[in-house]
Amino acid sequence: MDFAGAYSAENLRFLADGLYVTLIVAGASIVLSFLIGCIVGVIRYTRLPVLSPIMLVGVELIRNLPLLLIIFFMRFALPEVGIKLGLVAATITGLTIFEAAMIAEIVRGGLASIDKGQIEAARSSGLSAMQTLWHIVLPQGLRRMVPPLVSQFISLLKDTSLAVVISLPELMHHAGIVIGHGYTYTIPILLLVAVIYFSVNFVLSVISRRLETRHA
Amino acid sequence: MDFTILTDYFDVYLEGFRGTVLSSLLALIGSFVLGALIAVFRIAPVRPLRWFGTGYVEFIRNIPLLLVVYMFYYGPSALGLPLDGFTAGTIGLAVYTSSFIAEAIRAGILAIPKGQTEAARSSGLSYAQTMIHIILPQAIKLVIPPLGNQFINLIKNSSVLTIVAGLDLMYFADIVNADTYRTFDTYIFVALFYLALTLPLSYGVRVWERRLERKY
Amino acid sequence: MKKRWRLISIAAVCALAVLAGCASNGAGGNAAGNGGNATPAAGESGSGALGKIKDRGKLVVGVKYDTKLFGLKDPASGNVEGFDIDISKAIAKHILGDENALELKEVTSKTRIPMLNNGEIDMIVATMTITEERKKEVDFSDVYFQAGQSLLVKKGSPITGIESLTADSTVLGSKGSTSVKNIREKVDGIKVLEFDNYQDAFNALKAGQGDALTTDDSILYGMAAQDTNYEVVGKPFTDEPYGIAVQKGNSDIVQAINDTLKELHDSGEYDQIYEKWIGKKPGE
Repeated sequence: MDFAGAYSAENLRFLADGLYVTLIVAGASIVLSFLIGCIVGVIRYTRLPVLSPIMLVGVELIRNLPLLLIIFFMRFALPEVGIKLGLVAATITGLTIFEAAMIAEIVRGGLASIDKGQIEAARSSGLSAMQTLWHIVLPQGLRRMVPPLVSQFISLLKDTSLAVVISLPELMHHAGIVIGHGYTYTIPILLLVAVIYFSVNFVLSVISRRLETRHA
Repeated sequence: MDFTILTDYFDVYLEGFRGTVLSSLLALIGSFVLGALIAVFRIAPVRPLRWFGTGYVEFIRNIPLLLVVYMFYYGPSALGLPLDGFTAGTIGLAVYTSSFIAEAIRAGILAIPKGQTEAARSSGLSYAQTMIHIILPQAIKLVIPPLGNQFINLIKNSSVLTIVAGLDLMYFADIVNADTYRTFDTYIFVALFYLALTLPLSYGVRVWERRLERKY
Repeated sequence: MKKRWRLISIAAVCALAVLAGCASNGAGGNAAGNGGNATPAAGESGSGALGKIKDRGKLVVGVKYDTKLFGLKDPASGNVEGFDIDISKAIAKHILGDENALELKEVTSKTRIPMLNNGEIDMIVATMTITEERKKEVDFSDVYFQAGQSLLVKKGSPITGIESLTADSTVLGSKGSTSVKNIREKVDGIKVLEFDNYQDAFNALKAGQGDALTTDDSILYGMAAQDTNYEVVGKPFTDEPYGIAVQKGNSDIVQAINDTLKELHDSGEYDQIYEKWIGKKPGE
């Protein structure tokens, strides 16, 4: 175990490069999967004809497949049918599709948890279905979704590590390269990488707790 | 779609399927036992136990599964006791999942009215006896849907075994792919094998959830 | 209330833009796929493929990032260095007149053929053995390096060559490499564990996951140089002639590569590159 050698300035800079890629990919995927997940979730909640059943099938299929398989598929199987995605694009697409399916279920569940009596009251007081959704259901539903959404975002950040299978130069991939250069670095590097992931995710969960208490 | 890949390599797929099922089952048992223990720690009347339980859950939940697997793959070998990819991967899966199961079980225990614990304790049962005979059996019924979801996650997550040559479905799929060069078809068939496991489970979890909703 | 509306409308617009982007991407890609699927890039053969590289002004080459002596990424400098990189530079110089008009992309044994046929890279210069099977998928240049499969073990191991291996041995290798196929044929019933790349395979050997690591001796010598606790044992037991791979039908690029190789041999530059990385002259 060589802590001093493992934590040399070059190695730390190299890991920082990996962390940068991890954060960029995770950030982009969080934004995209949240938007798409919200749209799909609302469509599922409102039971829009035709669209809702199609999305039900899509969401169920994606939720029940391994993300590792989806990322690999985006990168190396889709080109065989003419859809070509680069390294970063394939990772973001894979992560977004998978996490959006998860988020769609969270959103649908959150909206469905709103008391039916409120909806009836709103409708009978003259609000349209759309207005009821915007003013009554969404604001309350979103508040209830914050905790599961944040844990989903934390999952997403952790899941970026699966992109090692397509050699995305993110944190875990760079950790592997450093370990390859000196096997005595293995345990120090794995510990350091654990601390890095933990810190980033811990900050995320602290922010979410703040959000919850403020809105509650 | 080239179905000859499925028929020609069926034995290879099947070997991977067996690996995935075995690993997921073993990890489910391991993570349940570990998760129940940690859940009891988290609500134990002894402060150091609570600290340990909370630290364990918070740490494991915030680092990637792949990192946990690497720790069990490279860690023991540094101490002269190497674990093979399947074993290290399965232990890693169990430890990772136990942190989520611990939270699910804790929530289940907290849902049992406090009066029951007080009644059991005042009738002379020890804390451990109260937990094992009174609280846990009731909590488990509530906990079955989240446990089912964790089992589905386990099956999907077992795909990381491929990274440490853990002889699972993804690992053998890579080997089929190296032979056929038909990435799209090869991995579509892999997806079908995963869905054969996860879709029925998802359905079962839904049915059980609905049954609970009607009861409470 | 006003603020929330603004947020929601921005979100909706963004989401629509994303969806529209995805849809048009998919449609465009599909159209291209119908032509290119059966015979990859058949329509681009002839002078088109080489012309495309010249128009772009940059050669995109798939190389290994984890193979010392051939293609290794150095964490300190961030550069990729090795025999394959120097050959790639020479090709870039031949085609474009500038050895720095070169973009490197990481490939592994598993990913290199898909990446080539997807058109992400112009060629593979990545310790790739010419085989009859692979010739069905890609076109190869002349041989640019002669390697042979061998074994890497921890110093003091009872294994002294392929004859020491039995059905009880465990050998480590890389997914999609010829070496794992060869070793299964040569040693009946042997257990082979395959990893995504050589880095993981070597890490696994160090972690005691197998008795030996098998691949081309050229790659193994690089590993032995990286960690002196390990050594290459026995004589090479196969011939592994390395070739540079291009998409099927790109005969103009193959010609340019072969011309480059000939120039390198005639000028003696090939011997220099060889000696720089391998530490001896070819054929010694």
